[in-house]
Amino acid sequence: MNAEIRPVKTAAEIGFADLFAAVRQSLPGGRDIEAVRRDAFDRFVAQGLPNSRVEAWKYTDLRRLVRDAKALAPRPDADAWTAARNAGAVFAGLDLRRLLIVDGAFVPELSDLAGLESGVRIRATAEALSADEMVLPLEMAGTDPAAALNTALAADGVVITVAADVAVERPIHLVFVTTGTVPAAMFTRSRLELGSAAALTLVETHEGPDQSDYQVNAALQINIADKARLDHIKITGEGTAALHIATLEASIGAGADYRDFGFAAGGAVVRNQIFLKLAGEGTTASVHQASLLSGRQHADTTLVLDHVAAGSQSREVFKAVVDDEARAVFQGRITVRPGAQQTDARMMARALLLSDEAVANCKPELEIFADDVQCGHGTTTGALDDQLKFYLMARGIPEKEAEALLIQAFIGEVIDAVVREDLREALSRAMFAWLKGRE
Amino acid sequence: MTALLEIRGLKAEIDGRQILNGLDLTVNKGEIHAIMGPNGAGKSTLSYVLSGKPGYEITGGEVLFNGEDLLAMDPDERAAKGLFLAFQYPLEIPGVATLTFLRTALNAQRRKRGEEELSSPDVLKRVRELAKQLNIDPEMLKRPLNVGFSGGEKKRNETLQMALLEPKLCVLDETDSGLDIDALRIVADGVNRLRASDRGMIVITHYQRLLDYIVPDVVHVLSAGRIVKTGGKELALELEATGYAQYQNEAA
Repeated sequence: MNAEIRPVKTAAEIGFADLFAAVRQSLPGGRDIEAVRRDAFDRFVAQGLPNSRVEAWKYTDLRRLVRDAKALAPRPDADAWTAARNAGAVFAGLDLRRLLIVDGAFVPELSDLAGLESGVRIRATAEALSADEMVLPLEMAGTDPAAALNTALAADGVVITVAADVAVERPIHLVFVTTGTVPAAMFTRSRLELGSAAALTLVETHEGPDQSDYQVNAALQINIADKARLDHIKITGEGTAALHIATLEASIGAGADYRDFGFAAGGAVVRNQIFLKLAGEGTTASVHQASLLSGRQHADTTLVLDHVAAGSQSREVFKAVVDDEARAVFQGRITVRPGAQQTDARMMARALLLSDEAVANCKPELEIFADDVQCGHGTTTGALDDQLKFYLMARGIPEKEAEALLIQAFIGEVIDAVVREDLREALSRAMFAWLKGRE
Repeated sequence: MTALLEIRGLKAEIDGRQILNGLDLTVNKGEIHAIMGPNGAGKSTLSYVLSGKPGYEITGGEVLFNGEDLLAMDPDERAAKGLFLAFQYPLEIPGVATLTFLRTALNAQRRKRGEEELSSPDVLKRVRELAKQLNIDPEMLKRPLNVGFSGGEKKRNETLQMALLEPKLCVLDETDSGLDIDALRIVADGVNRLRASDRGMIVITHYQRLLDYIVPDVVHVLSAGRIVKTGGKELALELEATGYAQYQNEAA
């Protein structure tokens, strides 16, 4: 008899259990993979959907925010293909290798797989799973309930490998798009293996129809070998009623350089959780995030950053512009292990509130077990500076335009962290489009 | 002929404190008026009330700008109608490049007046020309507005804005503060170039020094929120010799 006291299951938790029971036989992968899925699902069941008493989910209570479990999206048909064809328009006109993941399924026919650089391999996750490759277990996010749900139910995605010493000039663009009018659930798992001294720019966009309360649970696992370099840029676009939960974990080797940039403007409820392990000596990592929120949007960025070895550097700048009744959440935890001497870690979170009802929650944490380190964090939350606004207006700039200019200046600092000029300009355009929407 | 600016019985307060106390002032096109007075007389308040800074409550009187009710307009509207305040302490705006700011301001005003917007190269050409006259390094135009600028650079930048925007009425609030003599000369030359028969100026200053360079047609003494004496440019020299004490008594 089980004496453990568990709260009453929510409709959504029951729904996920029914869903898993119904689909687990048909998910790709043999017996070993099915065992991984079952373990993961058990971990989810043991914890349930996280609520506000779970520290890592303090401000994003999924028990409250996720009302039901949707059925898995059907494989994309011709209509879905048509709807997906022009997705990722934020980067239209740029020379990116587009890989389309439509309704949770990788579609090679819509993807640009021609002329692959030597040393670059791209496959569907479903294909890797069918070959019984162990691509599902997560290392750092394994116990997280949302990540566990992803491991249990992920059916497809993209697996990319870049061989050692290969510097890929043309960025790869993962275009995640949800189509269709019936709200469904998409669980995707993608993976990137970057060989030693390899270099790549990986871009991700996520989008879908407005008003549809579809659910995306996307996970990306990245392994960056020694001296490799990765620029990762993610735009969380999503439709106005969508739930988007994304887990990113990256292990970064010695002397490697990882730069992460996130731009979140879409979705009703968004959680971007990032787990970074600076595994080797002399590693550098940076995370820059811009969130532009309005209406009743809720966007949570949670970072867990682990300095394992000596002489590494990490920089995080999170900026949120919050209008109407929206809420921006930032949680960042930096751990410095005993052996990680000479760690240099800095984290900054700044929120700009544009209305009286807008909310920002910031929770930075430092856990330091080494004695020769430099670590710092800071947070600020405030409204637009009235003095600056008046100065601009006194020069003839109308109020909304003056506000836009100040918001642009605020967000511009994080966009400037994107190295490639073409991507930076596209991100600036995305910011302008958001500002235009306020007028 | 309609006066460029007509202030009648203006009363204004901030945080419940009355600062302007029935101020009258008429400025015609082509005239330069100096307003001098002791600290706390209401000089800066007058400049802020004219430009529409939030926080000031108008409790009496009226202000007509080219015959129109100035106080009913938002600050950006006043600017588009041709009012320019050169700030005593120009603000620093990180992340907004000076040139972007200049272009945005110029085109916002032109749009409001129903004029065609200027292209970026056209704006750049005008700005470069004016920058040269004011001894402003073109590299400075790329930097965020006023960020890390010296006191002199900020004031030259204000003068550049004024020259670019070609206002009808310039209000210079303590333009001499924080300037050494060389910077003062450059700024004053810039202002003097803007003297025109269809443009008026109000030069607010505590010291007579600035008026050696920007020579006024009329000098007013402001004390306790009212104009208490008006005279020619010789009044400024007189004040330099005697100080403001007699006027403070008079106002009280």
